[in-house]
Amino acid sequence: MSSTPFRTPESDSRNTATIGKAVKIVGQIFTKEDLYVDGDVEGTIESQENKVTVGPNGRVQASIRAREVIILGQVQGNVETSDKVDIRKDAKLVGDITTSRISIEDGALFKGSIDIKKAEPKASSPAPTPSPAVATPRPQEPVAAATGVGAGAAGVKR
Amino acid sequence: MLPERLRSFFRKEGEPVSHGSHSVGPGSSARSSLSSGLSKKSGKKEPPSTRQSRGLEQFFFNIRDVVGLSILDCAGANQDNINYLINLGHKVYSQDLVRNLDEAFGRDSADQTNPSRIEYFLRQNFDYPPDTLDGVLLWDSLQFMSPALLNATLERLYEVMRPKSYLLAFFTATEKATEVPSHSFRIADNKTILLSERDIRQAGQVFNNRNLEKLFGKFESVKFFLTRESLREVIVRR
Repeated sequence: MSSTPFRTPESDSRNTATIGKAVKIVGQIFTKEDLYVDGDVEGTIESQENKVTVGPNGRVQASIRAREVIILGQVQGNVETSDKVDIRKDAKLVGDITTSRISIEDGALFKGSIDIKKAEPKASSPAPTPSPAVATPRPQEPVAAATGVGAGAAGVKR
Repeated sequence: MLPERLRSFFRKEGEPVSHGSHSVGPGSSARSSLSSGLSKKSGKKEPPSTRQSRGLEQFFFNIRDVVGLSILDCAGANQDNINYLINLGHKVYSQDLVRNLDEAFGRDSADQTNPSRIEYFLRQNFDYPPDTLDGVLLWDSLQFMSPALLNATLERLYEVMRPKSYLLAFFTATEKATEVPSHSFRIADNKTILLSERDIRQAGQVFNNRNLEKLFGKFESVKFFLTRESLREVIVRR
């Protein structure tokens, strides 16, 4: 199986929050935009309408809830998506998956269960417009400005 | 400080296991390398191949017309098996049991008698509530276990499998084999598997029909299919 080319967040970084590889976050992360995790996260990650990508250097000990999850690094925790889970070559996931669609490349390590839920029909509500607070450009420090880090929970180590 | 379980999870590992059997088509040789001699003679891995499996056919026949079952696939996660089982409407549990054997015990089968290591292995691989699983695809993994580990594994499987559920396991039928190739298994259809050799491993023990009946004595029934590849395919009913 050939590996699908993966675009790093730099290529479409306008709406992607990034946790860099030298960053560690302990706590809850809520985001209203796509999230790219290349560092360490312990806790929970929630991005219901968006995509969460765990980069090749990402080490996540957290449950992840999102529209779509792409894993290139290591995740220990349950993954729940409304659309798709994509586990790439050399990725490692230990946890249970609940999703509509799943893709696992050769060479990926997965340990857990897969529960397929039929995709919910799309609501007919108008497309959400991003609020100004969310649409701020990605900061130089990619840690938390674009993400909501749970109260009293964040510890950032460099 | 991370607990041992998490540290081992994040530990850098060696080369990932390759399951590159996608290029295999139905025209490939039906002759597999499952018997112990072929690969050893050449020192090379056998090319991926397809073959019919009466055991697999029987396994799916036994669970036909039912959806929503919990099936444990011990071949390691691969898209073919996941797709096949999901398309039947089942929930899939995935383990790479052979790989996990190495992780728990290394390649030295002497360690497979260590009770604390055995318990660690069972916790890592079969940590399910009682009566959870409706089917278990063990493939060839059991034949690489020492008697102590094998008995403990079957005890645990008996607990986590539902009554009247089925497991499928493969054993070499070459009675004097000391080394046996291990394979990765992909489900092509209800009676066809694509298999590619992973490596040659030390056999934990070799079984004849009588040994296997004794091994699964606690289970309700055992059914054998002897293949032309010198392999016993075993369907066991809990």
